[in-house]
Amino acid sequence: MKKLLFLILLIIIGVGLYSSIFIVNETEQVIKTRFGKPIGEAITAPGIHFKVPILDVLHYFDKRYLEWDGRPNQIPTKDKRFIWVDTYARWHITDPLKFYQRLYNEQGAHSRLDDIIDGETRNAVASHNLIEIVRKSNRESMIDSTALDEIIVLEEIEVGREKIGDMILKNAQKRCEDLGIEILDFEFKRINYVQEVQEKVFERMISERKRIADRYRSEGQGEASRIQGERERELLRIRSEAYRKAQEIKGKADAEATAIYNLAYNQSSESRKFYEFMKTMETYQNTIDSSTTVILSTKSKFYKYLKSTGDL
Amino acid sequence: MSQNDVLRSFTDQLKINPRMIKSFVILVIVLLLLFTSWFTVGAEEVGVILRLGKFSRTVNPGLHFKIPFGVEQVFKVPVQRQLKEEFGFRTLSPGVRSTYDTRNYEDESVMLTGDLNVAVVEWTVQYRIDDPYKYLFRIRNARSALRDMTEATMREVIGNRTVAEILTIGRAEVASTVKVELQKMANSYETGFRIDQVVLQNVMPPEPVRSSFNEVNEAQQDREKLINQAKSEYNRVIPKAKGQAQQTIQEAEGYALNRVNSAKGHVAMFNAVFEEYRKAPDVTRQRIYLETMNEILPQLGKKYVIDEDVSGILPLLNLDK
Repeated sequence: MKKLLFLILLIIIGVGLYSSIFIVNETEQVIKTRFGKPIGEAITAPGIHFKVPILDVLHYFDKRYLEWDGRPNQIPTKDKRFIWVDTYARWHITDPLKFYQRLYNEQGAHSRLDDIIDGETRNAVASHNLIEIVRKSNRESMIDSTALDEIIVLEEIEVGREKIGDMILKNAQKRCEDLGIEILDFEFKRINYVQEVQEKVFERMISERKRIADRYRSEGQGEASRIQGERERELLRIRSEAYRKAQEIKGKADAEATAIYNLAYNQSSESRKFYEFMKTMETYQNTIDSSTTVILSTKSKFYKYLKSTGDL
Repeated sequence: MSQNDVLRSFTDQLKINPRMIKSFVILVIVLLLLFTSWFTVGAEEVGVILRLGKFSRTVNPGLHFKIPFGVEQVFKVPVQRQLKEEFGFRTLSPGVRSTYDTRNYEDESVMLTGDLNVAVVEWTVQYRIDDPYKYLFRIRNARSALRDMTEATMREVIGNRTVAEILTIGRAEVASTVKVELQKMANSYETGFRIDQVVLQNVMPPEPVRSSFNEVNEAQQDREKLINQAKSEYNRVIPKAKGQAQQTIQEAEGYALNRVNSAKGHVAMFNAVFEEYRKAPDVTRQRIYLETMNEILPQLGKKYVIDEDVSGILPLLNLDK
């Protein structure tokens, strides 16, 4: 009988001990409540901890960074373009007690985060132009082809995607201060045109490409024409220069030859006469052939001896 | 043997049994202890051990022991394995010729570019778990966090570039920028991931505008073709013309030499003859005249010698017959 009592006592002590210790995992944090009233600080250190059995109730919360994924929202930008905005955030529970009091559980937190972040996103998107939400900085395009520059103008931005994201984060953080949670980061996950706008954009892209294509073609034709013109000009230049040079050379030679002849033939009246005579003789030789008919008179020097021996 | 005897011998045997049962139970407990206290860590893994919920140690591949009955818990993390996330498509069956599914993932791949155009980008991220502690205990759903981060980063980078840029020369630069940004973000989220590589797979214009992008390429080719044709025509004609010009000039120079030399020759001959002529002008003239006549008269077709006293010679002539 005594033995049995001892055994029961042992079991009670065992159960009591067992239910007065609890393990907090690396990923967890715990608050204790007794009759609904929080007891002590939140337990964030992992390891073994104690509580009063039966009376103390434990509430476990995650200590890690948790995800929040926003619903895709259709929001008009400041320049009246409708876009789908899909966002996400990472948050964690910084003050489990407050979290428990204000939000009760993660579901509560999600629904509050939905309100806060969606609202802030809506505000921020609606008060900026689309380009501000798409671009991050006024970075120059790596393509400096002049053909494309004229068509694709990168709009300058003043704020940029990153700063808008930071703005939303900061505002949302402020509104979470009292909820025992902290938002670590906020990002725009996806930004896309709504269907109707997308079709318009595609049409614009097509016409833009057509323009670029036309430009390339006309550039090609223009360049080809330029080369053809250059070829024609080069050709005429080369030919005319050669002609000029040849004429110069020939003229100079003619002049030189003339001077040489003059010097010789023009030395005296006698030389002039002799030249005339000689040249005439030469001309006779060159011009008279079998088709020539000559009528000569016996008066001529050559045939005068046909009539008489002449006077000696 | 009576029935009682049989029963007795049976209970005799049973009498030894309580000790056997006791040792059997101890054996089972020992075996149980052994089997729940050893574990192996695979070659690509490390084991992270929690003791009563608190991080205790990490162990390398091999055989290890832990305190059983839930006092120590083991998490095996494949730190050596390269993990991969696909965006905009999914590999259906990897193999020599892998098959892919790209439909239904447009949400992931369609994005806006900096010139407010639309591009379709498909890419993969290869990464490893670098810090198993962070991976396990600092973030929940690290993998989905990585997917979110990657999409945000890729869109941020694409959003800062023109569509022409990302389709052509900017590809590699986009991948490397995303890698750097993604690593920064992975660190700030304490995911414990190390990003090995970001690989852009397909970067395309959206389906409805693809043909017009091709048209631009063709136009570019056309431009090059036209220019090359013009250039080749230029190269065909100009050197030839240059050669011809040289020829003309050379010929002119030849003409000049010829002209001057022949003038000099003529003059030399003239001077020589003239020298002699001056010594006896009349005779020389006579001689030359007669010599010339001698030469040309035989060549003449018809010769008429008419007496100086005869007049009206026309009737004698039958011209042109």
